[in-house]
Amino acid sequence: MIEIQHLSKRFGKFQVLRDVSLSCVPRQCIALIGPNGCGKTTLIKSILGMVLPTSGSILFKGKDIVKDYHYRHQIGYMPQKGRYPDNMTIGQVIEMIKDIRGSKEALDEQLIDEFGLHDILEKRMRTLSGGTTQKVSASLAFLFNPDVLILDEPTAGLDPLAAEILKEKIIAEHQKGKLVFITSHLLSELDDLVTHVVMMQEGEIRFHMPTDALKASTNTSSLAKAITHVLKQDHVQ
Amino acid sequence: MFNKIQRFIVADILKNRIVLAYTLLLAVLAWSVFSLEDDSHKGVLTLLNIVLLTTPLVSIIFTTIYLYNSSEFIELLLSQPIRRTRIWTGLFFGLFFSLALAFIVGAGVPILLFVTGAKAIILLVMGILITAVFVALGFLCAIISRDKARGIGIAILLWLFFSLLFDGLVLFLLFQLSDYPIEKAMVGVSALNPIDLARIFIILQLDVSAMLGYTGAIFKDFFGTGLGAAIGFGLLCLWVMVPYLVSLRMFVRKDL
Repeated sequence: MIEIQHLSKRFGKFQVLRDVSLSCVPRQCIALIGPNGCGKTTLIKSILGMVLPTSGSILFKGKDIVKDYHYRHQIGYMPQKGRYPDNMTIGQVIEMIKDIRGSKEALDEQLIDEFGLHDILEKRMRTLSGGTTQKVSASLAFLFNPDVLILDEPTAGLDPLAAEILKEKIIAEHQKGKLVFITSHLLSELDDLVTHVVMMQEGEIRFHMPTDALKASTNTSSLAKAITHVLKQDHVQ
Repeated sequence: MFNKIQRFIVADILKNRIVLAYTLLLAVLAWSVFSLEDDSHKGVLTLLNIVLLTTPLVSIIFTTIYLYNSSEFIELLLSQPIRRTRIWTGLFFGLFFSLALAFIVGAGVPILLFVTGAKAIILLVMGILITAVFVALGFLCAIISRDKARGIGIAILLWLFFSLLFDGLVLFLLFQLSDYPIEKAMVGVSALNPIDLARIFIILQLDVSAMLGYTGAIFKDFFGTGLGAAIGFGLLCLWVMVPYLVSLRMFVRKDL
């Protein structure tokens, strides 16, 4: 579904992505992990067309994304830190995105309901706490039933209850056969979500493999332990 | 589709306190100028100088800051299925409409009430055009630098240059080259500053161009004719389009 071919990106002197190739199909829930500044967010932004690659290409359902912006109809994106026009209310922001998408299909308002956003639709974005803003971002990402979900640090800043609601939702959507991308530093949290792990280091993909295979090869029971194991091995070598 | 973005941005900006304060400031200035001066001619001149100082300043600084503050919002829009050019045009017209509306409500109403005939229309049109020019320049400032402080610095410098430094430079040149017949060249030089273009337009309407001396006569000869006025108007429109289109080109290729 998403085919990344020899993608490289350079910001001035810094080579952020080096010849990244990655192939993702539906029904995968992919954890994108790696140390700070390894190029995770740049990779995500490349898929969304926010960052234009220096070389290489990205195909979405076989079409090059540079030529066509319509593919974004099928993507729901939740940014790491969403910020919205200060003076708009939650209701207006949701209305605006609905307007822009112009989607005629049924909307998925489950998260809006469960986060209790209906009661605070009149609140201005400026007055919201970081967590509430994240709730708005999450609700928007899921609202249009997209085939692909890209979630950048989705649970950072959410209270435990909201984080749990969001996790349930991610699992439910994944089971419907969607492709889900998650970046997170909380490995323990990813354990019951993801099916595949993509580990990045210094702009390159270290490995891309199913979680089960990773756990088996490292003889560990959880994702966190498996990753630590891999990193320690590096250290020894 | 970009009409929707515009509508939301206009709604957002119109509630902004700075824009409300700007409207109020223009209103207070315009009403007091016209109430103090019996002669609407003099009133227009006084108001002209105030407008040509405040409108560029507010337009360029507000635009630059607004664009920096909406960087995350632009990111959100980019992740939606919209073309980049639509986002940028939406932002431009959104900012332009709201600042122009502030000008019309603040200064336009008293102008239309106290000034008669073509003068009022020209003063109003020039105010709106100057707003557009400096909104466009603000777009350029905001896209040139990733750093907010530097971008706003550039905006302030541009305003300072066009409002004060440029005239100083022109005066300096005039004195240095006073032995040569440079009056005609002055027409060309004035095209390099949108504020001067607007000022000349209005002064010629007031029949006080004699105050400008011999150069004024040349201006009158040139801008007083239909063709000259059309060229001046075209130049002002170029001052809107060129900075805006350059910024658009940069935005389309920008990594966000």
